[in-house]
Amino acid sequence: MTIDTYAALEKKCREVRYLTFDAIGTLGVGHLGGSFSAVDALVVLYYRHLRFDPKQPKMEGRDRFVLSKGHAGPALYAILADHGIIDKSELSTLNRHETRLPSHADMNRTPGIDMTTGSLGQGLSCAVGIAVGSKIKKDGARVYCMIGDGESNEGQIWEAAMYAAHMHLDNLIVFTDYNKMQVDGQTKDILGLEPICDKWISFGWNAERVDGHDVKAIDEAIDRAKAIKGKPCMIILDTLKGKGISFIEEIWQNNHNVNVTPVQHEAGLAELAKEGF
Amino acid sequence: MLLDLEMRQVYASELLRMMEIDESIIVIDADLARANGTLGIRDRFPDRALDVGVAEANMASIAAGLASYGFKPFISTFCPFATRRICDQITISIAYAKQNVKIVGTEPGVAAEFNGGTHMSIEDVGVVRSIPGIVIFEPVDQVQLLQAMPQIAAYDGPMYIRLFRKKPTHVFDEATYRFELFKADLLQEGTDVTLFATGIHVSIALEAAELLKEKGVSAEVVNVHTIKPIDKDTVIRSVQKTGCAVTCENHNIYGGLGSAVAEVLSEHHPVPIKYVGVDDSFLIVGKIPPLLEKFHMTKNDIVDKALESIEMKRK
Ligand SMILES: Cc1ncc(C[n+]2csc(CCOP(=O)(O)OP(=O)(O)O)c2C)c(N)n1
Ligand SMILES: [Mg+2]
Repeated sequence: MTIDTYAALEKKCREVRYLTFDAIGTLGVGHLGGSFSAVDALVVLYYRHLRFDPKQPKMEGRDRFVLSKGHAGPALYAILADHGIIDKSELSTLNRHETRLPSHADMNRTPGIDMTTGSLGQGLSCAVGIAVGSKIKKDGARVYCMIGDGESNEGQIWEAAMYAAHMHLDNLIVFTDYNKMQVDGQTKDILGLEPICDKWISFGWNAERVDGHDVKAIDEAIDRAKAIKGKPCMIILDTLKGKGISFIEEIWQNNHNVNVTPVQHEAGLAELAKEGF
Repeated sequence: MLLDLEMRQVYASELLRMMEIDESIIVIDADLARANGTLGIRDRFPDRALDVGVAEANMASIAAGLASYGFKPFISTFCPFATRRICDQITISIAYAKQNVKIVGTEPGVAAEFNGGTHMSIEDVGVVRSIPGIVIFEPVDQVQLLQAMPQIAAYDGPMYIRLFRKKPTHVFDEATYRFELFKADLLQEGTDVTLFATGIHVSIALEAAELLKEKGVSAEVVNVHTIKPIDKDTVIRSVQKTGCAVTCENHNIYGGLGSAVAEVLSEHHPVPIKYVGVDDSFLIVGKIPPLLEKFHMTKNDIVDKALESIEMKRK
Protein backbone atom coordinates (compact mmCIF):
# COMPACT_ATOMS: atom_id res chain seq x y z
CA MET A 1 0.00 0.00 0.00
CA THR A 2 1.90 3.03 -1.24
CA ILE A 3 0.78 6.58 -0.55
CA ASP A 4 1.85 9.14 -3.12
CA THR A 5 1.14 12.59 -1.73
CA TYR A 6 2.42 14.16 1.44
CA ALA A 7 -1.07 15.42 2.25
CA ALA A 8 -2.33 11.84 2.14
CA LEU A 9 0.58 10.69 4.31
CA GLU A 10 -0.30 13.32 6.88
CA LYS A 11 -3.85 12.06 6.89
CA LYS A 12 -2.59 8.55 7.39
CA CYS A 13 -0.54 9.71 10.37
CA ARG A 14 -3.72 11.07 11.95
CA GLU A 15 -5.54 7.82 11.27
CA VAL A 16 -2.73 5.76 12.78
CA ARG A 17 -2.71 8.00 15.86
CA TYR A 18 -6.47 7.60 16.04
CA LEU A 19 -6.25 3.80 15.99
CA THR A 20 -3.36 3.80 18.45
CA PHE A 21 -5.11 6.13 20.86
CA ASP A 22 -8.32 4.18 20.60
CA ALA A 23 -6.52 0.95 21.55
CA ILE A 24 -4.69 2.53 24.50
CA GLY A 25 -7.78 4.51 25.54
CA THR A 26 -9.94 1.40 25.48
CA LEU A 27 -7.54 -0.28 27.88
CA GLY A 28 -7.07 2.91 29.88
CA VAL A 29 -3.28 2.89 30.09
CA GLY A 30 -0.28 2.59 27.81
CA HIS A 31 2.99 3.84 26.39
CA LEU A 32 1.42 6.75 24.59
CA GLY A 33 4.26 9.27 24.43
CA GLY A 34 6.79 7.09 22.67
CA SER A 35 4.17 5.57 20.38
CA PHE A 36 2.96 8.95 19.18
CA SER A 37 6.38 10.52 18.67
CA ALA A 38 7.26 7.64 16.35
CA VAL A 39 4.13 7.63 14.18
CA ASP A 40 5.20 9.90 11.33
CA ALA A 41 8.44 8.04 10.62
CA LEU A 42 6.68 4.69 10.86
CA VAL A 43 4.00 5.85 8.42
CA VAL A 44 6.53 7.17 5.90
CA LEU A 45 8.44 3.90 6.22
CA TYR A 46 5.47 1.54 5.95
CA TYR A 47 3.61 3.42 3.19
CA ARG A 48 6.53 4.51 1.03
CA HIS A 49 9.70 2.57 1.57
CA LEU A 50 9.45 -0.81 3.27
CA ARG A 51 9.16 -3.57 0.65
CA PHE A 52 6.87 -6.24 2.05
CA ASP A 53 3.73 -8.12 1.12
CA PRO A 54 0.93 -7.77 3.67
CA LYS A 55 -0.47 -11.06 2.40
CA GLN A 56 2.82 -12.86 3.04
CA PRO A 57 4.36 -11.12 6.03
CA LYS A 58 7.10 -13.72 6.29
CA MET A 59 8.17 -13.59 2.65
CA GLU A 60 11.88 -14.25 2.09
CA GLY A 61 13.91 -11.31 0.90
CA ARG A 62 11.49 -8.69 2.23
CA ASP A 63 12.74 -5.56 3.90
CA ARG A 64 12.74 -5.81 7.67
CA PHE A 65 11.90 -3.41 10.43
CA VAL A 66 13.10 -3.76 14.00
CA LEU A 67 11.32 -1.59 16.55
CA SER A 68 14.17 -1.54 19.03
CA LYS A 69 12.19 0.76 21.34
CA GLY A 70 9.69 -2.06 21.60
CA HIS A 71 7.28 -0.19 23.87
CA ALA A 72 6.02 1.75 20.83
CA GLY A 73 4.35 -1.49 19.71
CA PRO A 74 0.84 0.04 19.80
CA ALA A 75 1.69 2.49 16.98
CA LEU A 76 3.11 -0.32 14.87
CA TYR A 77 0.07 -2.53 15.49
CA ALA A 78 -2.18 0.21 14.12
CA ILE A 79 -0.08 0.29 10.94
CA LEU A 80 -0.09 -3.49 10.61
CA ALA A 81 -3.87 -3.45 11.05
CA ASP A 82 -4.26 -0.75 8.42
CA HIS A 83 -2.32 -2.99 6.04
CA GLY A 84 -4.67 -5.85 6.84
CA ILE A 85 -1.93 -8.01 8.39
CA ILE A 86 -4.01 -8.14 11.54
CA ASP A 87 -7.66 -7.22 11.84
CA LYS A 88 -8.50 -3.70 12.99
CA SER A 89 -10.94 -5.11 15.51
CA GLU A 90 -8.02 -6.90 17.15
CA LEU A 91 -6.46 -3.57 18.17
CA SER A 92 -8.86 -3.36 21.10
CA THR A 93 -7.30 -6.53 22.55
CA LEU A 94 -4.10 -4.57 23.25
CA ASN A 95 -2.56 -5.92 26.46
CA ARG A 96 -5.63 -7.97 27.34
CA HIS A 97 -5.37 -11.51 28.54
CA GLU A 98 -4.12 -13.89 25.81
CA THR A 99 -3.75 -11.02 23.30
CA ARG A 100 -1.51 -11.17 20.24
CA LEU A 101 -0.72 -7.49 20.83
CA PRO A 102 1.41 -7.07 23.95
CA SER A 103 2.99 -3.77 25.10
CA HIS A 104 6.29 -4.71 23.54
CA ALA A 105 6.75 -5.98 19.99
CA ASP A 106 6.84 -9.78 19.79
CA MET A 107 7.67 -11.63 16.56
CA ASN A 108 6.17 -14.90 17.76
CA ARG A 109 2.85 -13.39 18.69
CA THR A 110 2.08 -10.71 16.13
CA PRO A 111 2.13 -11.31 12.37
CA GLY A 112 4.21 -8.65 10.65
CA ILE A 113 6.62 -8.08 13.53
CA ASP A 114 10.15 -8.93 12.45
CA MET A 115 11.92 -9.01 15.81
CA THR A 116 11.04 -9.35 19.47
CA THR A 117 12.05 -6.35 21.56
CA GLY A 118 11.29 -4.75 24.92
CA SER A 119 14.61 -5.02 26.68
CA LEU A 120 16.09 -1.77 25.43
CA GLY A 121 19.39 -1.72 23.58
CA GLN A 122 19.12 -5.12 21.94
CA GLY A 123 17.05 -4.41 18.84
CA LEU A 124 19.75 -2.47 17.03
CA SER A 125 22.15 -5.40 17.38
CA CYS A 126 19.42 -7.69 16.04
CA ALA A 127 18.98 -5.36 13.07
CA VAL A 128 22.75 -5.48 12.49
CA GLY A 129 22.54 -9.28 12.50
CA ILE A 130 19.71 -9.20 9.98
CA ALA A 131 21.62 -6.76 7.78
CA VAL A 132 24.72 -8.97 7.86
CA GLY A 133 22.51 -11.97 7.00
CA SER A 134 21.02 -10.17 4.04
CA LYS A 135 24.49 -9.27 2.80
CA ILE A 136 25.56 -12.91 3.01
CA LYS A 137 22.42 -14.07 1.21
CA LYS A 138 22.71 -11.22 -1.29
CA ASP A 139 18.93 -10.92 -1.30
CA GLY A 140 18.95 -7.14 -1.59
CA ALA A 141 16.83 -6.57 1.49
CA ARG A 142 17.04 -3.36 3.45
CA VAL A 143 16.89 -3.34 7.19
CA TYR A 144 15.28 -0.47 9.07
CA CYS A 145 15.37 0.03 12.78
CA MET A 146 14.15 2.61 15.29
CA ILE A 147 15.82 3.30 18.61
CA GLY A 148 14.90 5.73 21.40
CA ASP A 149 17.03 8.57 22.69
CA GLY A 150 16.83 7.13 26.20
CA GLU A 151 17.57 3.74 24.75
CA SER A 152 20.76 5.23 23.32
CA ASN A 153 22.11 5.26 26.89
CA GLU A 154 22.67 1.52 26.58
CA GLY A 155 26.25 0.52 25.82
CA GLN A 156 25.00 -2.16 23.46
CA ILE A 157 23.71 0.55 21.09
CA TRP A 158 27.25 1.76 20.63
CA GLU A 159 28.66 -1.74 20.28
CA ALA A 160 26.17 -2.27 17.46
CA ALA A 161 27.01 1.13 16.00
CA MET A 162 30.71 0.31 15.77
CA TYR A 163 30.12 -3.10 14.27
CA ALA A 164 27.63 -1.88 11.65
CA ALA A 165 30.11 0.70 10.43
CA HIS A 166 32.95 -1.80 10.56
CA MET A 167 30.89 -4.10 8.34
CA HIS A 168 29.94 -1.27 5.95
CA LEU A 169 26.27 -2.09 6.31
CA ASP A 170 24.79 0.26 3.75
CA ASN A 171 21.62 -1.81 3.80
CA LEU A 172 20.91 -0.60 7.35
CA ILE A 173 18.91 2.58 7.97
CA VAL A 174 18.22 3.50 11.58
CA PHE A 175 16.03 6.20 13.12
CA THR A 176 16.52 7.74 16.51
CA ASP A 177 13.21 8.99 17.90
CA TYR A 178 14.78 12.06 19.49
CA ASN A 179 11.84 13.13 21.62
CA LYS A 180 14.21 14.48 24.31
CA MET A 181 12.51 12.47 27.02
CA GLN A 182 13.09 9.24 28.87
CA VAL A 183 11.29 7.94 31.96
CA ASP A 184 13.06 9.89 34.69
CA GLY A 185 13.29 13.22 32.90
CA GLN A 186 14.67 15.06 29.93
CA THR A 187 17.43 13.28 28.08
CA LYS A 188 19.69 16.32 28.49
CA ASP A 189 19.35 16.09 32.28
CA ILE A 190 19.66 12.31 32.64
CA LEU A 191 22.35 11.43 30.11
CA GLY A 192 22.92 13.98 27.39
CA LEU A 193 23.42 12.71 23.85
CA GLU A 194 24.69 15.88 22.20
CA PRO A 195 26.29 16.33 19.80
CA ILE A 196 24.13 13.45 18.66
CA CYS A 197 24.72 13.69 14.92
CA ASP A 198 28.47 14.08 15.33
CA LYS A 199 28.54 11.02 17.59
CA TRP A 200 27.08 8.80 14.91
CA ILE A 201 29.29 10.34 12.24
CA SER A 202 32.36 9.74 14.39
CA PHE A 203 31.26 6.12 14.75
CA GLY A 204 31.50 5.79 10.98
CA TRP A 205 27.87 6.33 10.05
CA ASN A 206 26.20 8.68 7.66
CA ALA A 207 23.96 10.78 9.88
CA GLU A 208 21.52 13.61 9.44
CA ARG A 209 18.87 15.28 11.52
CA VAL A 210 15.35 16.12 10.36
CA ASP A 211 11.98 17.21 11.72
CA GLY A 212 10.44 13.92 12.76
CA HIS A 213 6.92 15.18 12.28
CA ASP A 214 7.49 16.42 8.72
CA VAL A 215 6.62 13.54 6.41
CA LYS A 216 8.30 15.16 3.42
CA ALA A 217 11.54 15.70 5.32
CA ILE A 218 11.50 12.13 6.57
CA ASP A 219 10.73 10.75 3.13
CA GLU A 220 13.57 12.67 1.52
CA ALA A 221 15.98 11.68 4.26
CA ILE A 222 15.19 8.00 3.67
CA ASP A 223 15.72 8.51 -0.07
CA ARG A 224 19.13 10.06 0.60
CA ALA A 225 20.01 7.26 3.01
CA LYS A 226 19.17 4.61 0.45
CA ALA A 227 21.65 6.20 -1.94
CA ILE A 228 24.56 6.10 0.52
CA LYS A 229 27.13 3.43 -0.25
CA GLY A 230 29.56 1.74 2.12
CA LYS A 231 28.14 2.82 5.48
CA PRO A 232 25.02 2.52 7.61
CA CYS A 233 22.73 5.53 7.93
CA MET A 234 21.29 7.22 10.99
CA ILE A 235 18.35 9.58 10.67
CA ILE A 236 17.85 11.58 13.84
CA LEU A 237 14.18 12.56 14.14
CA ASP A 238 13.46 15.68 16.16
CA THR A 239 10.16 14.76 17.72
CA LEU A 240 7.78 15.63 20.53
CA LYS A 241 6.81 12.92 22.97
CA GLY A 242 3.05 12.43 22.66
CA LYS A 243 2.78 14.37 19.39
CA GLY A 244 -0.72 14.55 17.94
CA ILE A 245 -3.16 15.28 20.75
CA SER A 246 -2.93 18.66 22.45
CA PHE A 247 -3.48 17.55 26.04
CA ILE A 248 -1.01 14.69 25.66
CA GLU A 249 1.56 17.03 24.11
CA GLU A 250 1.11 19.42 27.01
CA ILE A 251 2.37 16.75 29.40
CA TRP A 252 5.29 15.82 27.14
CA GLN A 253 7.48 15.56 30.21
CA ASN A 254 5.21 12.98 31.78
CA ASN A 255 3.44 10.97 29.11
CA HIS A 256 5.70 7.94 28.87
CA ASN A 257 3.15 5.55 30.34
CA VAL A 258 -0.13 7.33 30.94
CA ASN A 259 -3.56 6.59 32.22
CA VAL A 260 -6.33 7.63 29.85
CA THR A 261 -9.76 8.30 31.34
CA PRO A 262 -12.91 7.60 29.29
CA VAL A 263 -13.43 11.36 28.97
CA GLN A 264 -9.88 11.85 27.68
CA HIS A 265 -10.36 8.90 25.37
CA GLU A 266 -13.34 10.58 23.74
CA ALA A 267 -11.71 14.00 23.63
CA GLY A 268 -8.52 12.67 22.06
CA LEU A 269 -10.35 10.75 19.37
CA ALA A 270 -12.49 13.81 18.61
CA GLU A 271 -9.41 15.99 18.26
CA LEU A 272 -7.75 13.55 15.86
CA ALA A 273 -10.94 13.09 13.86
CA LYS A 274 -11.55 16.83 13.56
CA GLU A 275 -8.93 17.34 10.88
CA GLY A 276 -10.09 14.26 9.08
CA PHE A 277 -8.48 11.17 7.57
CA MET B 1 -0.93 4.23 57.48
CA LEU B 2 2.01 1.95 56.77
CA LEU B 3 -0.34 -0.42 55.01
CA ASP B 4 -1.63 2.41 52.84
CA LEU B 5 1.82 2.77 51.33
CA GLU B 6 3.08 0.90 48.30
CA MET B 7 6.20 -1.18 48.74
CA ARG B 8 8.24 1.25 46.65
CA GLN B 9 7.17 4.09 48.94
CA VAL B 10 8.25 2.15 52.00
CA TYR B 11 11.52 1.31 50.32
CA ALA B 12 12.25 4.86 49.17
CA SER B 13 11.20 6.63 52.36
CA GLU B 14 13.19 4.24 54.52
CA LEU B 15 16.20 4.68 52.29
CA LEU B 16 15.86 8.44 52.55
CA ARG B 17 15.61 8.20 56.33
CA MET B 18 18.76 6.10 56.49
CA MET B 19 20.61 8.45 54.15
CA GLU B 20 20.04 11.23 56.69
CA ILE B 21 22.06 9.33 59.27
CA ASP B 22 24.46 7.36 57.08
CA GLU B 23 26.38 9.53 54.64
CA SER B 24 27.83 6.54 52.85
CA ILE B 25 24.49 5.39 51.43
CA ILE B 26 24.05 6.32 47.81
CA VAL B 27 21.23 5.45 45.42
CA ILE B 28 21.65 4.83 41.71
CA ASP B 29 18.87 4.45 39.21
CA ALA B 30 18.78 3.55 35.54
CA ASP B 31 15.91 5.67 34.23
CA LEU B 32 13.32 3.92 36.36
CA ALA B 33 13.49 6.08 39.48
CA ARG B 34 10.04 7.40 38.67
CA ALA B 35 8.73 3.86 38.46
CA ASN B 36 10.55 2.67 41.56
CA GLY B 37 9.69 5.54 43.89
CA THR B 38 13.25 6.81 44.29
CA LEU B 39 12.93 9.93 42.11
CA GLY B 40 12.28 12.25 45.06
CA ILE B 41 15.52 11.29 46.81
CA ARG B 42 17.58 13.43 44.43
CA ASP B 43 15.80 16.57 45.67
CA ARG B 44 17.11 15.98 49.18
CA PHE B 45 20.47 14.48 48.25
CA PRO B 46 21.44 15.60 44.76
CA ASP B 47 25.01 14.35 45.21
CA ARG B 48 24.08 10.93 46.54
CA ALA B 49 21.25 10.09 44.14
CA LEU B 50 22.54 9.32 40.67
CA ASP B 51 20.70 8.36 37.51
CA VAL B 52 22.93 6.82 34.85
CA GLY B 53 20.16 6.55 32.26
CA VAL B 54 19.01 3.34 30.61
CA ALA B 55 22.35 1.65 31.21
CA GLU B 56 22.08 -1.12 33.76
CA ALA B 57 25.49 -2.68 33.17
CA ASN B 58 27.12 0.67 33.67
CA MET B 59 25.06 1.20 36.82
CA ALA B 60 26.19 -2.09 38.36
CA SER B 61 29.90 -1.52 37.80
CA ILE B 62 29.71 2.16 38.79
CA ALA B 63 28.12 0.95 42.02
CA ALA B 64 31.00 -1.46 42.54
CA GLY B 65 33.45 1.39 42.05
CA LEU B 66 31.62 3.52 44.58
CA ALA B 67 31.52 0.62 47.02
CA SER B 68 35.26 0.14 46.69
CA TYR B 69 35.52 3.81 47.62
CA GLY B 70 33.62 3.38 50.85
CA PHE B 71 30.04 4.01 49.75
CA LYS B 72 27.03 1.75 50.18
CA PRO B 73 25.19 1.88 46.86
CA PHE B 74 21.57 0.82 46.44
CA ILE B 75 20.87 0.32 42.74
CA SER B 76 17.44 -0.29 41.30
CA THR B 77 15.63 -1.17 38.11
CA PHE B 78 13.04 -3.76 37.06
CA CYS B 79 13.94 -7.34 38.11
CA PRO B 80 14.99 -8.66 34.68
CA PHE B 81 17.32 -5.73 34.07
CA ALA B 82 18.68 -5.91 37.63
CA THR B 83 19.73 -9.53 37.17
CA ARG B 84 19.85 -11.41 33.89
CA ARG B 85 20.72 -8.29 31.90
CA ILE B 86 23.79 -7.54 34.02
CA CYS B 87 24.69 -11.00 35.15
CA ASP B 88 28.40 -10.63 34.43
CA GLN B 89 28.69 -7.17 35.97
CA ILE B 90 27.03 -8.52 39.12
CA THR B 91 29.28 -11.56 39.07
CA ILE B 92 32.60 -9.85 38.50
CA SER B 93 32.40 -6.19 39.59
CA ILE B 94 30.17 -6.89 42.59
CA ALA B 95 30.31 -10.51 43.80
CA TYR B 96 33.77 -11.66 42.79
CA ALA B 97 35.23 -8.32 43.84
CA LYS B 98 33.26 -8.63 47.11
CA GLN B 99 31.71 -5.16 46.87
CA ASN B 100 28.92 -4.05 49.13
CA VAL B 101 26.22 -3.26 46.59
CA LYS B 102 22.49 -3.69 47.20
CA ILE B 103 20.70 -4.58 44.00
CA VAL B 104 16.98 -3.87 44.06
CA GLY B 105 14.84 -5.44 41.36
CA THR B 106 11.18 -4.46 41.15
CA GLU B 107 8.14 -6.14 39.58
CA PRO B 108 9.12 -9.78 39.97
CA GLY B 109 7.49 -12.40 37.74
CA VAL B 110 3.82 -11.78 37.00
CA ALA B 111 3.94 -8.43 38.79
CA ALA B 112 5.25 -6.84 35.58
CA GLU B 113 1.65 -7.10 34.31
CA PHE B 114 1.23 -4.80 31.27
CA ASN B 115 4.92 -4.73 30.49
CA GLY B 116 4.52 -8.32 29.41
CA GLY B 117 6.82 -11.23 28.64
CA THR B 118 10.05 -9.32 28.18
CA HIS B 119 9.72 -7.75 31.61
CA MET B 120 8.59 -10.83 33.51
CA SER B 121 11.53 -12.22 35.39
CA ILE B 122 11.09 -15.85 36.27
CA GLU B 123 14.80 -16.59 36.22
CA ASP B 124 16.22 -13.79 38.33
CA VAL B 125 16.49 -15.75 41.57
CA GLY B 126 18.04 -18.67 39.70
CA VAL B 127 20.55 -16.39 38.00
CA VAL B 128 21.61 -14.66 41.19
CA ARG B 129 21.43 -17.77 43.36
CA SER B 130 24.12 -19.43 41.27
CA ILE B 131 26.54 -16.54 41.81
CA PRO B 132 28.59 -17.12 44.97
CA GLY B 133 28.32 -14.70 47.86
CA ILE B 134 25.09 -12.81 47.17
CA VAL B 135 22.24 -12.72 49.64
CA ILE B 136 18.75 -12.92 48.11
CA PHE B 137 15.85 -11.38 49.99
CA GLU B 138 12.22 -11.10 48.89
CA PRO B 139 9.96 -9.09 51.19
CA VAL B 140 6.31 -9.99 51.65
CA ASP B 141 4.63 -6.82 52.82
CA GLN B 142 5.24 -3.29 54.10
CA VAL B 143 5.68 -4.39 57.70
CA GLN B 144 8.40 -6.86 56.84
CA LEU B 145 10.13 -4.51 54.40
CA LEU B 146 10.19 -1.63 56.86
CA GLN B 147 11.87 -3.78 59.49
CA ALA B 148 14.22 -5.29 56.92
CA MET B 149 15.64 -2.07 55.53
CA PRO B 150 18.03 -1.24 58.41
CA GLN B 151 19.25 -4.84 58.47
CA ILE B 152 19.82 -4.74 54.72
CA ALA B 153 21.83 -1.55 55.06
CA ALA B 154 23.79 -2.97 57.98
CA TYR B 155 24.72 -6.15 56.14
CA ASP B 156 28.19 -5.73 54.68
CA GLY B 157 28.07 -7.49 51.31
CA PRO B 158 26.18 -7.87 48.06
CA MET B 159 22.47 -8.49 48.23
CA TYR B 160 19.64 -8.86 45.72
CA ILE B 161 16.28 -7.55 46.90
CA ARG B 162 13.29 -8.79 44.88
CA LEU B 163 10.71 -6.11 45.45
CA PHE B 164 7.00 -6.13 44.62
CA ARG B 165 6.39 -2.45 43.81
CA LYS B 166 2.77 -1.88 44.66
CA LYS B 167 0.48 -2.75 47.56
CA PRO B 168 0.78 -6.40 48.52
CA THR B 169 -1.69 -8.42 50.54
CA HIS B 170 -1.01 -7.69 54.17
CA VAL B 171 0.50 -10.60 56.14
CA PHE B 172 2.55 -9.45 59.14
CA ASP B 173 1.22 -7.79 62.26
CA GLU B 174 3.03 -4.55 62.91
CA ALA B 175 2.76 -4.85 66.68
CA THR B 176 4.09 -8.36 67.13
CA TYR B 177 6.28 -9.15 64.14
CA ARG B 178 10.05 -9.14 64.60
CA PHE B 179 12.01 -9.52 61.39
CA GLU B 180 15.35 -11.24 61.31
CA LEU B 181 17.33 -11.40 58.07
CA PHE B 182 18.41 -14.99 57.27
CA LYS B 183 15.75 -16.42 59.59
CA ALA B 184 12.64 -17.91 57.95
CA ASP B 185 9.31 -17.08 59.58
CA LEU B 186 7.03 -19.82 60.82
CA LEU B 187 3.65 -18.26 60.08
CA GLN B 188 1.35 -21.08 60.93
CA GLU B 189 2.01 -24.41 62.59
CA GLY B 190 0.79 -27.63 61.06
CA THR B 191 1.48 -31.33 61.03
CA ASP B 192 0.65 -32.79 57.59
CA VAL B 193 2.55 -30.71 55.05
CA THR B 194 4.80 -27.63 54.97
CA LEU B 195 4.09 -24.84 52.52
CA PHE B 196 7.32 -22.91 51.93
CA ALA B 197 6.46 -19.58 50.35
CA THR B 198 8.06 -16.31 49.35
CA GLY B 199 6.90 -12.91 48.07
CA ILE B 200 3.32 -12.61 46.87
CA HIS B 201 2.89 -16.34 47.39
CA VAL B 202 2.98 -16.06 51.16
CA SER B 203 -0.56 -14.72 51.38
CA ILE B 204 -1.66 -17.18 48.71
CA ALA B 205 -0.14 -20.06 50.71
CA LEU B 206 -1.95 -18.88 53.83
CA GLU B 207 -5.22 -18.96 51.89
CA ALA B 208 -4.36 -22.43 50.63
CA ALA B 209 -3.75 -23.53 54.22
CA GLU B 210 -7.28 -22.39 55.09
CA LEU B 211 -8.70 -24.44 52.21
CA LEU B 212 -6.65 -27.42 53.34
CA LYS B 213 -7.99 -27.04 56.86
CA GLU B 214 -11.51 -27.41 55.48
CA LYS B 215 -10.35 -30.68 53.99
CA GLY B 216 -8.99 -31.81 57.33
CA VAL B 217 -5.37 -31.20 56.40
CA SER B 218 -3.09 -29.38 58.80
CA ALA B 219 -0.62 -27.27 56.80
CA GLU B 220 2.39 -25.48 58.22
CA VAL B 221 3.27 -22.24 56.45
CA VAL B 222 6.84 -20.94 56.40
CA ASN B 223 7.94 -17.68 54.79
CA VAL B 224 11.41 -18.08 53.35
CA HIS B 225 12.11 -14.39 52.79
CA THR B 226 15.86 -14.90 52.63
CA ILE B 227 16.18 -17.37 49.77
CA LYS B 228 19.96 -17.38 49.95
CA PRO B 229 21.51 -18.35 52.24
CA ILE B 230 18.42 -20.35 53.05
CA ASP B 231 17.56 -20.97 56.70
CA LYS B 232 18.33 -24.69 56.68
CA ASP B 233 17.41 -25.28 60.31
CA THR B 234 13.89 -23.95 59.98
CA VAL B 235 13.32 -25.78 56.71
CA ILE B 236 14.55 -29.10 58.06
CA ARG B 237 12.81 -28.76 61.43
CA SER B 238 9.50 -28.11 59.74
CA VAL B 239 9.54 -31.19 57.50
CA GLN B 240 10.80 -33.33 60.36
CA LYS B 241 7.37 -32.65 61.77
CA THR B 242 5.23 -32.66 58.59
CA GLY B 243 7.10 -35.16 56.40
CA CYS B 244 6.43 -33.46 53.07
CA ALA B 245 6.48 -30.05 51.41
CA VAL B 246 5.19 -27.73 48.71
CA THR B 247 7.17 -24.70 47.59
CA CYS B 248 5.22 -21.66 46.38
CA GLU B 249 6.81 -18.86 44.37
CA ASN B 250 6.33 -16.30 41.63
CA HIS B 251 9.33 -17.66 39.67
CA ASN B 252 10.36 -20.56 37.50
CA ILE B 253 10.23 -23.79 39.50
CA TYR B 254 13.78 -24.30 38.28
CA GLY B 255 16.39 -22.32 40.14
CA GLY B 256 14.29 -20.46 42.69
CA LEU B 257 12.90 -21.23 46.12
CA GLY B 258 11.78 -24.70 45.04
CA SER B 259 15.30 -25.65 44.06
CA ALA B 260 16.76 -24.10 47.19
CA VAL B 261 14.41 -26.08 49.46
CA ALA B 262 14.99 -29.28 47.46
CA GLU B 263 18.75 -28.90 47.77
CA VAL B 264 18.51 -28.67 51.54
CA LEU B 265 15.99 -31.45 52.01
CA SER B 266 17.43 -33.96 49.56
CA GLU B 267 20.72 -33.73 51.40
CA HIS B 268 19.55 -33.53 55.00
CA HIS B 269 16.03 -34.89 55.25
CA PRO B 270 14.61 -36.35 52.02
CA VAL B 271 10.81 -36.06 51.82
CA PRO B 272 8.31 -35.63 48.96
CA ILE B 273 8.36 -32.06 47.59
CA LYS B 274 5.96 -30.54 45.08
CA TYR B 275 6.54 -27.25 43.34
CA VAL B 276 4.13 -24.40 42.66
CA GLY B 277 5.62 -21.80 40.35
CA VAL B 278 6.06 -21.22 36.65
CA ASP B 279 6.63 -24.56 34.97
CA ASP B 280 9.52 -23.48 32.77
CA SER B 281 7.69 -21.27 30.30
CA PHE B 282 7.84 -17.59 29.43
CA LEU B 283 5.04 -15.45 30.76
CA ILE B 284 2.67 -13.19 28.85
CA VAL B 285 1.17 -9.74 29.24
CA GLY B 286 -1.79 -9.44 31.61
CA LYS B 287 -3.07 -8.77 35.09
CA ILE B 288 -1.79 -10.77 38.04
CA PRO B 289 -4.91 -12.87 38.85
CA PRO B 290 -5.47 -14.36 35.37
CA LEU B 291 -1.74 -14.95 35.01
CA LEU B 292 -1.63 -16.85 38.29
CA GLU B 293 -4.54 -18.95 36.99
CA LYS B 294 -3.01 -19.60 33.60
CA PHE B 295 0.38 -20.55 34.97
CA HIS B 296 -1.01 -22.65 37.82
CA MET B 297 0.16 -20.60 40.76
CA THR B 298 -3.09 -20.09 42.68
CA LYS B 299 -4.19 -21.24 46.13
CA ASN B 300 -6.05 -24.11 44.47
CA ASP B 301 -2.88 -25.23 42.75
CA ILE B 302 -1.13 -25.19 46.11
CA VAL B 303 -3.94 -27.27 47.62
CA ASP B 304 -3.68 -29.83 44.82
CA LYS B 305 0.07 -30.09 45.18
CA ALA B 306 -0.20 -30.37 48.95
CA LEU B 307 -2.59 -33.29 48.65
CA GLU B 308 -0.28 -34.96 46.11
CA SER B 309 2.70 -34.42 48.36
CA ILE B 310 0.87 -35.97 51.34
CA GLU B 311 -0.20 -38.86 49.12
CA MET B 312 3.41 -39.55 48.11
CA LYS B 313 4.45 -39.58 51.73
CA ARG B 314 1.96 -42.37 52.42
CA LYS B 315 3.31 -44.62 49.66
C1 LIG C 1 17.00 -2.74 29.30
C2 LIG C 1 15.82 -1.95 29.71
N1 LIG C 1 15.92 -1.12 30.75
C3 LIG C 1 14.84 -0.42 31.16
C4 LIG C 1 13.65 -0.54 30.50
C5 LIG C 1 12.44 0.23 31.01
N2 LIG C 1 12.12 1.35 30.08
C6 LIG C 1 11.16 1.21 29.14
S1 LIG C 1 11.04 2.57 28.15
C7 LIG C 1 12.26 3.36 29.02
C8 LIG C 1 12.69 4.73 28.60
C9 LIG C 1 13.07 4.75 27.19
O1 LIG C 1 13.30 6.05 26.76
P1 LIG C 1 13.36 6.29 25.20
O2 LIG C 1 14.25 5.29 24.57
O3 LIG C 1 13.72 7.70 25.01
O4 LIG C 1 11.88 5.96 24.74
P2 LIG C 1 10.74 6.95 24.24
O5 LIG C 1 11.01 8.31 24.78
O6 LIG C 1 10.81 6.93 22.76
O7 LIG C 1 9.45 6.37 24.74
C10 LIG C 1 12.74 2.56 30.05
C11 LIG C 1 13.80 2.95 30.97
C12 LIG C 1 13.59 -1.42 29.41
N3 LIG C 1 12.46 -1.62 28.72
N4 LIG C 1 14.68 -2.10 29.02
MG1 LIG D 1 12.77 9.36 24.36
